[in-house]
Amino acid sequence: MGLKQKLHTLKEKYKGTKMAPAFNALHTFLYLPNETTHGGTHIKVADDLKRTMNIVIMALVPCLIFGMFNAGYQHYAALDSTLRNAPLENFFTWDNFIMGCWTVLPLVIVSYGVGLLIEFIFAVIKGHEVEEGYLVTGMLVPLIVPVDIPLWMLAVAVAFGVVIGKEVFGGTGMNILNPALTIRAFLFFAYPTWMSGDKVWVHGAVERQKEILAGANVDAISGETILGSYAQNQEVVYSLWDMFWGFIPGSVGETSKLLIIVGAFILIFTKIGSWRIIFSTLVGALVMGLIFNGVVSAGWIGESSKFFGLMNVPFWQHLIIGSILFGAVYMATDPVTASQTNKGKWIYGFLIGFISILIRVFNPAYPEGVFLAILLMNVFAPTIDHYVIQGNIKRRAKRLKVKTA
Amino acid sequence: MEHLELFFKSIFVDNMVFAYFLGMCSYLAVSKKVSTAVGLGAAVIFVLTVTVPLNWLLDQYILQEGALTWLGPEFADYDLSFLSFILFIATIATMVQLVEIVVEKFSPSLYNSLGIFLPLIAVNCAILGGSLFMQSRDIASFDLALNYGFSSGIGWFLAIVAIAAIREKIRYSNVPAPLRGLGITFIITGLMAIGFMSFGGMLTGGDEETPTLDSNPENIGIQSGDTPINNTEKETAQIEVSKLTQQ
Repeated sequence: MGLKQKLHTLKEKYKGTKMAPAFNALHTFLYLPNETTHGGTHIKVADDLKRTMNIVIMALVPCLIFGMFNAGYQHYAALDSTLRNAPLENFFTWDNFIMGCWTVLPLVIVSYGVGLLIEFIFAVIKGHEVEEGYLVTGMLVPLIVPVDIPLWMLAVAVAFGVVIGKEVFGGTGMNILNPALTIRAFLFFAYPTWMSGDKVWVHGAVERQKEILAGANVDAISGETILGSYAQNQEVVYSLWDMFWGFIPGSVGETSKLLIIVGAFILIFTKIGSWRIIFSTLVGALVMGLIFNGVVSAGWIGESSKFFGLMNVPFWQHLIIGSILFGAVYMATDPVTASQTNKGKWIYGFLIGFISILIRVFNPAYPEGVFLAILLMNVFAPTIDHYVIQGNIKRRAKRLKVKTA
Repeated sequence: MEHLELFFKSIFVDNMVFAYFLGMCSYLAVSKKVSTAVGLGAAVIFVLTVTVPLNWLLDQYILQEGALTWLGPEFADYDLSFLSFILFIATIATMVQLVEIVVEKFSPSLYNSLGIFLPLIAVNCAILGGSLFMQSRDIASFDLALNYGFSSGIGWFLAIVAIAAIREKIRYSNVPAPLRGLGITFIITGLMAIGFMSFGGMLTGGDEETPTLDSNPENIGIQSGDTPINNTEKETAQIEVSKLTQQ
């Protein structure tokens, strides 16, 4: 009880001063607050903001742990390609896990450290309680960046995303773009060489490249992503099951489709993620994939075209390559930035899937378009909502007229 | 196919607001409510659809070098393109006034709902921008110019409706006091432009340099070659850039 008591006395001591929100936040984070509300009638529900955030984090943890193993596995497999012959035996090893901790944990620490620091500063300046909003963002950010990204870039991007993406709008629940995706987009446009290519996805590849350029006599490490190979009309070396289990290079958390599906069921079961958005996103992606397959089989596009490789991918395979599944489950369903109306959610999700695959195939500048498609639809979500609501109002007004007439 | 490509490109890739930040004054000022934004957006679509093809005709038959040949062979080497600003803006102003008079006469209700927007549009730089882009991009035919005017109008319309919906949504947000009003609107516009960057570089086939790479100071340094970076760095940077463009 020592720490709790101390925190309580600190809270009493700083009550009404600027530092109070910081102590309050620490207290509620570590312990259940012992205050009760006075006066008035209150409805008590179990799923407050903190619990909602925690469930999302729990749904993300499997992806994070798998991502750690994968970071190590990709590193060692790039050095010794015989490991890839038996991925299951060579995947869950201590070597991989330690290597993964060494590379992934700093990302998590920097993301949470910088983000929460800014949240605390803003709470102290504005004199409100520290909001839990950053908990999920801070967990998502390390999962959607390449493993070898320099930490200072991550820190700069997190600062940008939290301040410009969220705090200027008034904090948690007010933002118009998903903060995690704002951070990803900032990184992508500010430091493009660190966010795409065949080197950044495997730990050590960039350093190895520098050594080679400096004249060292070693083999280059290459970690081409599947989308990269397709875009260059190359053979893809990974089997479909590898893609599904996640033994492939990619952003930290996006590779294992199985664990993302598990996370999706957690979110849907607890009613935190909207199944409408997830489902319609996948439908949108499949429809666009089917259109492209149709274009190929109709013979409108030749094998020499630079879009042929990606267009020729069987439509259902689009779901297990790249990050569409991760985006659909964890990003598109963000309750703040998604459409709020049920009909709007169908439109919103469908367009995300549709535009994701469109960008993936047609935009040679961007190897993966899921995060941009979600940002774009975040921009249009209020418009969709507005028209859905106006439609409802009109329909009801008509019904009212019929009744009274 | 050419029409479809131009249509898609002028709405999404070369969006008047998010790619060139044109027409910002009315975009920022008249985006408080969705219904008024729709009115202004519709007016912009209309005026662009009328003025761009009209200015195309002017450009083809009066302004361009050698455009006056139809008057006689002695006019073949006249080049009046220095007049394009004045003539374009005059066309736009007259067209807007004409449209206003006609609309007032035949549809007073539409006139009332458009209100001040029509005169405002005469000085909206998206309109002049549309005509000047039409000129500088060498739009080849009359119907393509019509298409271009119409679709860039739609792009502007989408942008203003989207920001109006967002501003309605954040009306009750706890925005820090110094940023309320225009400040937050500027920030929203910037963030929306990030969303629209998803289309940047699309349809170019990757042969051209994409805007994202251009805006990267490292690459600008390589192109102009005047920044003092040493050779090995330059080479690695170039390798990386070529990798990027391949992808």
